[in-house]
Amino acid sequence: MDVLTECRSRAGLAECDNSGLLRQMLRIRLFEQKALAEFSRGLLFGTTHTCIGQEADAAGVASALQPSDLVVSNHRGHGHYLAAGGDMRELAAELMGKATGVCGGWGGSQHLQTGGFYSNGVLGGMVPCAAGMAAAEKAKRQGNIVVLFIGDGALGEGVVYESINIASLWRLPLLFVVENNQYAQTTPLRLGVAGSIQARFEAFGVAAQELKTTDVLEIYLAAQAIVDQIRSTMRPRALILETYRLAAHSKGDDTRDPAEVEHHWQFDPIVLHGYRVPERERDNIRVQCAQEVESAFLEAEHAPFPDVAEAGRNSLRGLR
Amino acid sequence: MTTVLDALNQALHHAMDVNPNVYMLGEDILDPYGGAFKVTRGLSTRFPDRVWTTPISEAAIAGIAAGMALRGLRPVVEIMFGDFLSLVYDQIFNHAAKFRWMYNGKVRVPIVIRTPMGGRRGYGPTHSQCTEKLFLGVPGLRIIACNAFSDPNATLSTAILDSEDPVLFVEHKLLYGCKMRDTPHIEDLEMEQTAGAWPTQTLRFRGVANPEITFVSYGYMAELVYEAMMALALEYEVFSEALIYTQLKPLDAGPVLRSAAATRCVVTVEEGSVTAGWGSEVLATVAERLPTGKALRSHRVGGKDIPIPSTRPLEEAVLPSVRTIVGAALNLTGKTDG
Repeated sequence: MDVLTECRSRAGLAECDNSGLLRQMLRIRLFEQKALAEFSRGLLFGTTHTCIGQEADAAGVASALQPSDLVVSNHRGHGHYLAAGGDMRELAAELMGKATGVCGGWGGSQHLQTGGFYSNGVLGGMVPCAAGMAAAEKAKRQGNIVVLFIGDGALGEGVVYESINIASLWRLPLLFVVENNQYAQTTPLRLGVAGSIQARFEAFGVAAQELKTTDVLEIYLAAQAIVDQIRSTMRPRALILETYRLAAHSKGDDTRDPAEVEHHWQFDPIVLHGYRVPERERDNIRVQCAQEVESAFLEAEHAPFPDVAEAGRNSLRGLR
Repeated sequence: MTTVLDALNQALHHAMDVNPNVYMLGEDILDPYGGAFKVTRGLSTRFPDRVWTTPISEAAIAGIAAGMALRGLRPVVEIMFGDFLSLVYDQIFNHAAKFRWMYNGKVRVPIVIRTPMGGRRGYGPTHSQCTEKLFLGVPGLRIIACNAFSDPNATLSTAILDSEDPVLFVEHKLLYGCKMRDTPHIEDLEMEQTAGAWPTQTLRFRGVANPEITFVSYGYMAELVYEAMMALALEYEVFSEALIYTQLKPLDAGPVLRSAAATRCVVTVEEGSVTAGWGSEVLATVAERLPTGKALRSHRVGGKDIPIPSTRPLEEAVLPSVRTIVGAALNLTGKTDG
């Protein structure tokens, strides 16, 4: 049974929202492309890690969540933020360091917080924090789960395993999503990750499912089943998504063989899923997303920078 | 009579009793053991759902506490030895202490990381240090050290119940057995404290208008400073006053500036290795902010800049003692240790 049929056959899912999933992925793709373009114009501060090629992970997993669930992300988090419902205009403004940004320009690309979304730029560092959030939600009996996105690069950090161990011991409602995009910056998987990623989770008693796909429907279906299981069993689980980053790690720093990258464009999640949406609608969605992105960046460009006096504002600093 | 250990234990009981959002996390904290130094005794029996024993995973425990705090709880973490804070560093430095700032004030991270520090128990190089100095430069973190001159019960329970920011709470191991210093029982001395939850005490001789020396210290070192003050007065007729800080960071410069303006002679006393320590920060602040006038004489008393040995004679030689403090003071006042 192909995924589309499976999707349609699921109770309560007479139709998958193919257009909605495409729209989510396109918002991310066009946002990231625009961010790279604006970076080249010198309008962004610092660096920016785009998730071009990995949009299906964010869109598929986030679509399986309840609005009150929490999402914890990493340095490559724009897609997670947008899929989790973050405001696009605020993200564009944050990348440009503007007062209207998600965090008023304090955080920048890697340090975002809005509603139930949290990201930070230290690889693996947010894993225990996500476990703590899951522990808090469980203690408060809110019924919420926490979804944590990490990449294959974070698997080198020791605190990740401390946290998996505790999440399993304490039966925390936590979904580990590992986006294995084959490279930690420039280091290929074969030089960074020994053995099996799946087995690493299973060794701690955390059931792990591995999917080698960029098909958003496949990811969505898997995520939904896993999320349901976490909610009903209150046990953590892992979803390992073998994917590929089609753009550079940050900007121009791509040392991969161009032929290898070219090969992976045939699995572009937006093209793959796009066939499921009628052409006319597909075009409409693309135009609407492009307009949204253009307007977000334009608005951000004209927004004010934060007042430098804020740096010493006691109400923010606390500690007196 | 109440010991510092009793007072800290009472503070934890009180905080968990009055606020259902207070949780305890740490290694071996469950009854009947009640923690390596017994500070958490009785808590797991009384609050079984909110006292969580953990694997030996210091970094994860701290990060979990930060995550819990982001979601509205007030976790208290026990790190069994302050030396192990090196394992926790990233979770404090790049996570707990940064969230409020980098998320533009949208979140609060009310966690308390309690840990015993200090030597003189023969535990050797990795179980005897005072590591709070490694955190003095971390923005967003409050550092509090209890002592026997300020009520440790209030010091700790306010840290747990009232602080909106992460707190590193320092407990010197030798303080646990110390009796509380009750002012009326300290002969010839009077004590004055600043306002606020984590006050600075000024300890001075009654009727001495112009002390010659300002001692600045915290935690267990306040005990040694107290003895040094008495020795200087009785043996050398050198009168001093001592500032005992409860909040090490951010530093309330007011008390030390006021005293230093009068004495122009400041001796800082800490047990941690002296280089780049708390005393360095205090003296730099004094040097920057003290109004010009008579020359400022100053000295930092602290541990030697080497690992702490296990055997008692060597350990005593590395850590500051009452005699080191007296010697430093006499040296600054031009008198000799006799």
